[in-house]
Amino acid sequence: MALRMKHIEKGLMIALLIIGGLLMMVPFIWMIGSSFKPENEFTVIPPTLFPSHPTFSNYRDLFLKMDFLIYLKNTLIIVLCSFVGLFLNAMAGYAFAKFDFPGKNKFFYIILATMMIPGQVTMIPTYLIINQLHLVNTMAGIVLPGLVGAFAIFLFRQFMTTIPIDLLEAARLDGAGELRIFFQLMVPIVKPVFAVQGILTFIGAWNSFLWPLIIANDERLYTLSVGLSLLKGQYGTEFGLQMAGAAFMVVPIIIIFIFFQKHIIEGYTISGIK
Amino acid sequence: MFIAPAVILLTLFSIIPIIIALVISFTDMDLVGLADYSNISSAGFANYINIFKDPVFLKSMYNTLIYVVIGVPLVVLASMGVALLLNYGTSWLFKSFRVIYYMPSITNIVAVAVVWGYLYNGSYGLFNYILSIFGLPAQQWLQDPTLAKLSLILLAFWKSIGLNMIIFLAALQGIPRSYYEAAEIDGATGWKKLRYITVPLLGFATFFVTITTLIGWIQFFEEPLVMTKGGPLNATMSMALFIYNNGFQLSKFGYAAAGSFVLFIIIIIVTLIQFAVKKKEVEY
Repeated sequence: MALRMKHIEKGLMIALLIIGGLLMMVPFIWMIGSSFKPENEFTVIPPTLFPSHPTFSNYRDLFLKMDFLIYLKNTLIIVLCSFVGLFLNAMAGYAFAKFDFPGKNKFFYIILATMMIPGQVTMIPTYLIINQLHLVNTMAGIVLPGLVGAFAIFLFRQFMTTIPIDLLEAARLDGAGELRIFFQLMVPIVKPVFAVQGILTFIGAWNSFLWPLIIANDERLYTLSVGLSLLKGQYGTEFGLQMAGAAFMVVPIIIIFIFFQKHIIEGYTISGIK
Repeated sequence: MFIAPAVILLTLFSIIPIIIALVISFTDMDLVGLADYSNISSAGFANYINIFKDPVFLKSMYNTLIYVVIGVPLVVLASMGVALLLNYGTSWLFKSFRVIYYMPSITNIVAVAVVWGYLYNGSYGLFNYILSIFGLPAQQWLQDPTLAKLSLILLAFWKSIGLNMIIFLAALQGIPRSYYEAAEIDGATGWKKLRYITVPLLGFATFFVTITTLIGWIQFFEEPLVMTKGGPLNATMSMALFIYNNGFQLSKFGYAAAGSFVLFIIIIIVTLIQFAVKKKEVEY
């Protein structure tokens, strides 16, 4: 009897889970279905969830009629730069974990404190600084402010403090240089943190929207999201083109996420949020 | 040598900006001032006094309050509920649904705006079609001042369940199985186990999620920016969007900086209250 109750309970849970999951999926299904619809199918009532005359022309137009190839290139440049930032974060975390220098703890607390400042406070002054450095409308101006982040430094430091110092001493006795120790010894050990931070960095850079929108006024520097928002404004009635653009932004992220999702979920456990 | 690049960048783009923000919030800096710094003059507390007389700012504070009051409980309860469901089993089914619930969290805000804008479309949107199946009248999801706020909340709710659910899930996996086994021997039922073991042990995760969600909703920004631009009639204008509009659309840098400090102070006060409440809770 108790066992049967348990089966019913589990069935109920699974049913709830599936209904909720389908509701979460509706926008994605709608987006992908619509991205293959020819323009005249958008005004059909009742709306079709899947296109009755599927076409690739929306995707073709994105690249031929619009400048999505340039936006894609810019976005990929930002992604690459953000990976340089990832290494800078790891290096800073390493220094905080394994070296002694004056003011170390004070520095570290100040860096942690920067996490609590709302973006709206620093947005305007950062723009003024970028303007003063004559970096408005350049790739450097887009990339530099977000290059390093307190959360990643914190995560790297936490993980690296657990590595025994003897290991580093042994490498130093063998005559390895500091840079070599970092790249050949530390980086392989902290691979799990690199995995988590790498995915989060990729997602963040791929999605970067607001700062490029503020800094770039030249269309040659637009990212995919800025380009897509332009599309939404100018071609507001061409749903097919918009849906294809949205799908082009979302689908790669989902594929990468599905491949690496195990690391993200484990990463939250590593970082000790429990 | 290892630390220099990170520290220099953080100082330049996180620490110095706070000082600059504080300074310019007491000036009348605008586009003219940006071109030539000699045109900037001190404004004393004028920005701070004027902003509380600005009907748009007051409206944005009211809207932000509505967002917080509806959004925070909704997100915390739903993400805890989803985490509990997902923690129920370990088969592939549960693992795949973990991915599905997380997916909205990683999607791009502009893409989301494009897709949801179409779902909410008054004539061809899916939502109005579903209403029509049940014989209900079509709604102007984003054009009606009251409904527009709720439409944005629904969208942000969909987008934020995933991340918070992961935090709850990580916490659930940290609860030792032996607690439940002991309770089962004592004859505890599913509901009692949830009420007396799971929920109390999720205390820290709940606290963490509540604080981050609360701060997130107080800074509610991207959704109104890309979906409604604060309209109709400023009905969806949030405080953060008000700051952005004044700073980057109207180039009133000093005024916007003053607004950002008002926002900052509200966040600090709310966070301190949360910590005080949490401390009390631990004592009993």
